[in-house]
Amino acid sequence: MKRERQLKGRRGRWLRHILTAHGLVSYIFLYFPIVVLVVFSFNASRYASAWRGFTLEWYVSLLQDAAIGAALKNSLIVAGGSTVISTVFGTMVALAMERYDFSGKLAFDSLLYLPIIIPDIVMAVMLLIFFVLAHAQLGLVTIIISHVAFNISFVAVVVRARLAYFDLSLEEAAQDLYANEWQTFARVTLPLIMPGILGGALLAFTLSIDDFVITFFTSGPGSSTLPLRIYSMVKLGVTPEINALSSFMLIVSMLLVLLSFVLRKGGEGEIEIV
Amino acid sequence: MSEHAVELVRVDKHFGTVVAVDTVSLSIRNGEFYSLLGPSGCGKTTTLRLIAGFEMPTAGQVYIDGELQGETPPYRRPVNTVFQNYALFPHMSVFQNVAFGLEMRHVSKEVIQHSVFEVLEMVQLPGMERRRPGQLSGGQQQRVALARALVNHPKVLLLDEPLGALDLKLRKAMQLELKALQERVGITFIYVTHDQEEALTMSDRIAVMNKGQVLQIGTPEEIYERPASRFVADFIGETNFLEGKVAAVRNGEVAVEIGDALLVYAPLERDAVVGDTVVIAVRPEKISLSTTPEDPRALPGVVREVVYVGTDTRYLAELAGQVTVMVREQNLAEETARRLSAGTAVYVCWQPQSARLLRG
Repeated sequence: MKRERQLKGRRGRWLRHILTAHGLVSYIFLYFPIVVLVVFSFNASRYASAWRGFTLEWYVSLLQDAAIGAALKNSLIVAGGSTVISTVFGTMVALAMERYDFSGKLAFDSLLYLPIIIPDIVMAVMLLIFFVLAHAQLGLVTIIISHVAFNISFVAVVVRARLAYFDLSLEEAAQDLYANEWQTFARVTLPLIMPGILGGALLAFTLSIDDFVITFFTSGPGSSTLPLRIYSMVKLGVTPEINALSSFMLIVSMLLVLLSFVLRKGGEGEIEIV
Repeated sequence: MSEHAVELVRVDKHFGTVVAVDTVSLSIRNGEFYSLLGPSGCGKTTTLRLIAGFEMPTAGQVYIDGELQGETPPYRRPVNTVFQNYALFPHMSVFQNVAFGLEMRHVSKEVIQHSVFEVLEMVQLPGMERRRPGQLSGGQQQRVALARALVNHPKVLLLDEPLGALDLKLRKAMQLELKALQERVGITFIYVTHDQEEALTMSDRIAVMNKGQVLQIGTPEEIYERPASRFVADFIGETNFLEGKVAAVRNGEVAVEIGDALLVYAPLERDAVVGDTVVIAVRPEKISLSTTPEDPRALPGVVREVVYVGTDTRYLAELAGQVTVMVREQNLAEETARRLSAGTAVYVCWQPQSARLLRG
């Protein structure tokens, strides 16, 4: 209220113009490179120096590039596998932490958040040392294990947020109506926390599909994912194919975010009903 | 079939060091509308949860329909609960909510269909099957919760302050409706409430609880007219408490001296000897005021305050400058109405049998 009043008058109008300009500049700074990237992915010229007309050539050559195809396949295997595993375990962790008291819970709780705050590079080195000590052969399996290691925490956090608002009397009502523990979980608990679980799964998928540092350290020959592939391509210079690939990944991650937003919206509707 | 729907035998429930339920014994008869009444935190809800199976007793036994429950989980007990916040499943329609219990017991689809429509008819919610609980008003949600429990024909229906969230008018209407419903279906109702008026209106019997203990069990009339303790007399309705010492005991009557030379009388309902410190409890509506000393036992006093409250008038009368008593006088037809004004000298009088002798 007070600030609004201050913004009135001639001085206020000036201030408002400056703030608007500041906002615009910030947005341009953030989004201009992305716009350039997308525009040039349709540029007929090989070089980013000039616009030579519209083409889908780079997208076509992407589709024909066997190495990129293999990397995409690896990325989907890693992201899909680690998402499924970490969603199941993350949900179980969230349920255990929200519902039960056990000795060492506080220590476990703090440890659970470690993968979220720990720098990627530390985690990557740590995992690499672990795999070397364990004599594991680096490849898709080690990448998946590594991604599960950090994704569990993210899923657990998202699902716990949902569980925190869970009305326990709903489970009591189910048990009062002759549902045993399993039936109660399947018919009441799971459907009600599903938006949280799906939200966590989407977050895990997004984090996994664009992870670079940890994947780089834990991958082996033939297990390059898309980000690793892009990195090795960039080393030879930025080509329009890379622009096209990046634009493609941008669209996919935007769709994923949109989906998680829609899911969360649906979830909130249910909370309102409660 | 056992004579008692529910029996609790010396049941204790401790949460850590907190004693929530303290040696509670109850015998609730088949078909009874039984209320557990007490202030919040008195252990009434915990008692209900012990019967439902959401809590297991620390000591003592719970019997339902003559069978010892022990550690039997809630889903194997022949009781159903109407929760305080209704606890309707938000992701299911009204139909799915009501059908849930029958479905869990593998009742056939046709029977479920028929039973759900029948019970929704009974709670006056026909045509609402497809709605979600979030699309219903509080009163309608309440009815769905009731239907969801009743459709299972439980031996005992447990109700945890089911009307607490409704506004006063709706609550009053639902009280009568619930009572009528209970008489129609003949199911034993165990009803938890902190609202003494609600308990008096609906119950066949009431157990008054405080601090985890059952203080008195009786019909509404017994509880109201013959409270066994000062707490019960105070919690149920309004009461004047007159503290004093027993001055004489004769002919089944006790005379108590309150303050300086004021004698009040009460039936000798419990042991008392001269010199005991006791309390006499008198309901405000049992006291009458008159401007002439019609009764030799009437006590002289002065009207100090007059409050008109629609159905009746409340007076605060001071007895011989020492003790103040509240008096309620019903407002009758206007022409016969008489209103005393503050400062009027009056005689305060009540029948000895309407006074209660309680421990001090």
